[in-house]
Amino acid sequence: MSEKIIEIVDDIDASSVFTELSDAHSGGICVFVGTVREFTQGEEVVSLEFETYKKMALKEMDKIAVDAMEKWKLNKVIIRHAVGLKKVEAPVVVVGASSAHRDACFEACRYLIDTLKETVPIWKKEMFENKTVWVSAHP
Amino acid sequence: MDVLLFGIAKDIIGKSEFEVPTDDIPKSVQELKEYLIKKFPDFGKLSSFAVAVNSEYALDDVTLNGNDEIAIIPPVSGG
Repeated sequence: MSEKIIEIVDDIDASSVFTELSDAHSGGICVFVGTVREFTQGEEVVSLEFETYKKMALKEMDKIAVDAMEKWKLNKVIIRHAVGLKKVEAPVVVVGASSAHRDACFEACRYLIDTLKETVPIWKKEMFENKTVWVSAHP
Repeated sequence: MDVLLFGIAKDIIGKSEFEVPTDDIPKSVQELKEYLIKKFPDFGKLSSFAVAVNSEYALDDVTLNGNDEIAIIPPVSGG
């Protein structure tokens, strides 16, 4: 029986994910943690601000988890994203999966983060010293 | 008809919800997009511009009803 955790939270504790994905039928856990990087194209980022259309974002995140569980044999899946103001190095997203063998969870983990970035209505604003930019908004 | 705004869409219009005046009510997603681009040309400069109806992505030919929850989805950038 596979389980999924789908959440949008204010703050992420990246250390809880091992316990959350740990499973007696799994031989491996693969996790991706996205964090705030200090420099974007040579410019120093002071902080990032994340905003979401929560109702829709949770639906889209759930679709991604369900699709991953159909594509690979996974025991547990997690997709958790943070919102609000985040400082450099802070974790902003955690995705991961546990499976009997490692190939499934490695492939699923990349699918989870790549698809999240394409479809989930979450927006990131980069705050620099003297300007703010909505990421990806313009070509 | 109220439209929810997020990210840069909120900055373009200057608030988090926009009420389309009664005599301009669009009948479809396509008409809503055209109306917004005409009224706020900055929408036309975005790298993409999607609409969600009842919290699902909606194609241009989807019909809009008065009680739908409608949202503008500018280019997403989570992760």
